[in-house]
Amino acid sequence: MNTEWFIVLSALLFATGAMGILIRRSPMVILLCLELMLNAGNLALVAFSRMVGNGQGQVFAVIVMVVAACEVVVGLGLIVAIFRRRLPLNVDDLRELRG
Amino acid sequence: MEEVLFFISALGALGGALGVIAMRNPFYSVLALIVHLFSLASLFLLLTSAFVAAAQVVVYAGAVMVLYVFVVAYVGGGGESAWEPIPGQRFLAPLLGIALFVELSVAVLSSSLLALGEDGPDVRAGFGDPAAIGRLLLEKFLLPFEAASILLLIAAVGAIVLASNRRYGERDTPDEPSPNREEGVSLSP
Repeated sequence: MNTEWFIVLSALLFATGAMGILIRRSPMVILLCLELMLNAGNLALVAFSRMVGNGQGQVFAVIVMVVAACEVVVGLGLIVAIFRRRLPLNVDDLRELRG
Repeated sequence: MEEVLFFISALGALGGALGVIAMRNPFYSVLALIVHLFSLASLFLLLTSAFVAAAQVVVYAGAVMVLYVFVVAYVGGGGESAWEPIPGQRFLAPLLGIALFVELSVAVLSSSLLALGEDGPDVRAGFGDPAAIGRLLLEKFLLPFEAASILLLIAAVGAIVLASNRRYGERDTPDEPSPNREEGVSLSP
């Protein structure tokens, strides 16, 4: 397969994730859409690594996975904390910091 | 054969991604994301990167998704309100998504990377297997590897602090003695 196909698929997945972040209100689904975007970036990294014939891009992908796991853990901790304080789980209602 | 596998996996990945943003219930969104992650793992296998595919299945589809399922089961679904802070946001967002896709595709495909239209060079047999990645991680990328482990530790501690029962700014009442309070974070609820 050409590298082009993988890159175009990665762009499509990234755009889908960005669209989900704009559409959805629930913080959990927004975290899932962030995962989609990070995975699209991973796909592009691995595809370029195959194109160059060098394994370093795959190390980048593994590090991106670590960062994604950290982001999920902190995000889900925030969601649990929001839920415990009886606040609405809706990003449009949680807008006190907007000023 | 390779093309058939690519298109099946690409359809799975795209369908999973669309399912994540289309499902009303967050639980089904998580399940759609698992489909997406497995399809993506098979795409990684097509790109001869076995270790990344295995890590994708074990770390994402195994660990992270279980975390999601637990939090969704704890918090519950919850309907989304129809109120929109920006008028027409639901109709503008797909347009922006399509525009982003076109822009990214044009930016990458019209770049001067000549190898984009090729299959990539023939790689030797051990390309992308755990031994090769491990050697790269521990020899060339030792510092990022250690930084990633410290980041994971900080994230775990931060999640415990965020999700623990204790609220900041609250004084301990003398009526409820709790021996763990003085140590900082209390793990027991």
